[in-house]
Amino acid sequence: MMGLDRDRLVELVQVVVRNPLRAFLSALGVGWGLFMIIITVGAARGLENGVKADMGNDVSNSMFAWTMSTSLPYKGYQRGRYVEMDIDDVRWIQANTQHLDLVCPEVQLGGYRGTNNVTRGKQSGAFDVHGAIAEYPQVKPMNITEGRFLNEGDLAGERKVCVIGSRVKDILFEMGEEPLGETVQIQGVIFRVVGVYTPKGNDEDAQNEAESIYIPFSTFSKAFNTRGRVGWLSMLIRDGVDAEEAEEATKQLIKARLSIHPDDPRAIGAWSMAEEFQKAELLFSGMRLISLLFGSLALLAGVIGITNIMLISIKERTKELGIRRSLGATPVRILQQIIGETLFLTLLAGLCGLVLGVGLLEAVDGFIEDGVDAGVFRHPEIDFGTIMTVLCILLGMSIFAGVLPALRALAIKPVEALRSEG
Amino acid sequence: MLALRGIEKSYPLAGGSLPVLKGIDLNIVQGEMVAIMGSSGSGKSTLLNVLGLLDGFDSGGYDLDGVDMAGLSEKQAARYRSQFLGFVFQSFNLISFKTALENVALPLFYQKVPRRERQKRAMEMLGKMGMDDRADHLPSELSGGQKQRVAIARALITSPRVILADEPTGALDSTTSSEVMEVLREVNASGITVIIVTHEADIAAQCDRTIRLHDGVIIEDGKSGEVVEPTARGARSQD
Repeated sequence: MMGLDRDRLVELVQVVVRNPLRAFLSALGVGWGLFMIIITVGAARGLENGVKADMGNDVSNSMFAWTMSTSLPYKGYQRGRYVEMDIDDVRWIQANTQHLDLVCPEVQLGGYRGTNNVTRGKQSGAFDVHGAIAEYPQVKPMNITEGRFLNEGDLAGERKVCVIGSRVKDILFEMGEEPLGETVQIQGVIFRVVGVYTPKGNDEDAQNEAESIYIPFSTFSKAFNTRGRVGWLSMLIRDGVDAEEAEEATKQLIKARLSIHPDDPRAIGAWSMAEEFQKAELLFSGMRLISLLFGSLALLAGVIGITNIMLISIKERTKELGIRRSLGATPVRILQQIIGETLFLTLLAGLCGLVLGVGLLEAVDGFIEDGVDAGVFRHPEIDFGTIMTVLCILLGMSIFAGVLPALRALAIKPVEALRSEG
Repeated sequence: MLALRGIEKSYPLAGGSLPVLKGIDLNIVQGEMVAIMGSSGSGKSTLLNVLGLLDGFDSGGYDLDGVDMAGLSEKQAARYRSQFLGFVFQSFNLISFKTALENVALPLFYQKVPRRERQKRAMEMLGKMGMDDRADHLPSELSGGQKQRVAIARALITSPRVILADEPTGALDSTTSSEVMEVLREVNASGITVIIVTHEADIAAQCDRTIRLHDGVIIEDGKSGEVVEPTARGARSQD
């Protein structure tokens, strides 16, 4: 018989209407609490979306590996040997791996704050010069704005062609000048520009990336006399393969190829995006939990306010409850009534807070969409599951809020109630 | 119908207890109209509360319709109140934020009668009291006599066997009082037992039987006309 028939609904509405100011003030606490939950959870999500959007420039299954010096002696080699990979090792790894889809060798000239190594006429600049292969953009996505990226022909023919970043173009070329077909000198070697790119994203990494130049790996090897030496590998982990497992297997593969002790902890360095994603995911779920927790505590304060106001209300309505008892209301009916009233008030207030909170998030979202710079904050939102969780918390708390007043109401004996004035 | 055997009740006080009922033996049969008289503090209201299952008692026995009422749970008490008893109070005890119709229908709500039927029966009952044109009025918009008619309608809505009225005319002027008494007499004429607590002799005179209470014991019990000099005794005990 907990059904909500019309009279019960009327009774509930009467409770609110009878003392609207009080109902509003007590509801304010709960509404505010729920509002806070929605806002903090939504804001946390906004931050998460922003960070993930920046991370999204990197391919989520990408992995990188490089060689360093060994820390264990193995197969007659002393410890402390500096190991190097060359292009043959890369081909061997590509042929023998079960965990990787793509293995890109990469080698770099110059570097961060290096000397001016690239010139064009009177212009010069210090840029990262990479030797790469045609598949490289699969690991490191970029927007080709003019021309093309390196292709198989460039690599096979060891062509002296290059693809330059947008910042390189800005520095070496005049405004409005067409770079395609023009030449630049990289450490004295002349390369023809076949493409211009802009990196994806706008973080520091991307800024750096815009000051890079890509030339064919084979050409790099010959022009700068590196004899096929590989600086590091950029790889794609095969779909469905666990990142950690792929990383370990790949390290072992490289160690086996380069005669490094299998237990050597230092010789091969590796970094995978998926693991970074997992770490970030952990951080953000922690943030979600904390915002939910603190929001719930704010909500609890509001709910205690409701309990308080219900206790006062019961005190005032002692006579009314006594009359109801004398007219045949069983204790259970009184219990239902008081809990019902508390639920009604709390849920009504909660829904108002919910609607306002979601409304504000939507408004902020719209504001950001309109191009307002919000830094690393993007698309604040709250998903349906979280709303459901919040509503469950609210429901639980409302019942909790109603128990004490209901028990107080039950303790009133009909005769005492009738005797009380007012 | 109602049988009390040696009912005793006392209220706890700081440093002891105050005996209010000191052994009440009383039999009331179906269809009687009984006045319980006594000065304030004589225990008459307490007696009514015990009869109405609104309050318990310390010792003795109470049979209502042949069923022992000792040690009743709150839920059972509520059920008996709902089935057998109707209450009329001096201060009407209408719920202030409900209309006359809603007030009258309330006991049926607690008997889980469907809404439509509740409305219908409440309207009929208001009609019998001549109050159907005031159905949508709040108690604050009604006169004292009208309020008491609504209260009586509410007491009668569940077709109780007994109406318990606590000073039903106490807050009314003499004209309205006699109107209300007229209504109660009609109720009694329909076969319902009516028990009225009053300290007014002329109200008691309109009942069939008068029981006079003093200091928690029944000192007189007889036909209303035969109970000795109510005015004189009443005046003295009021001192």
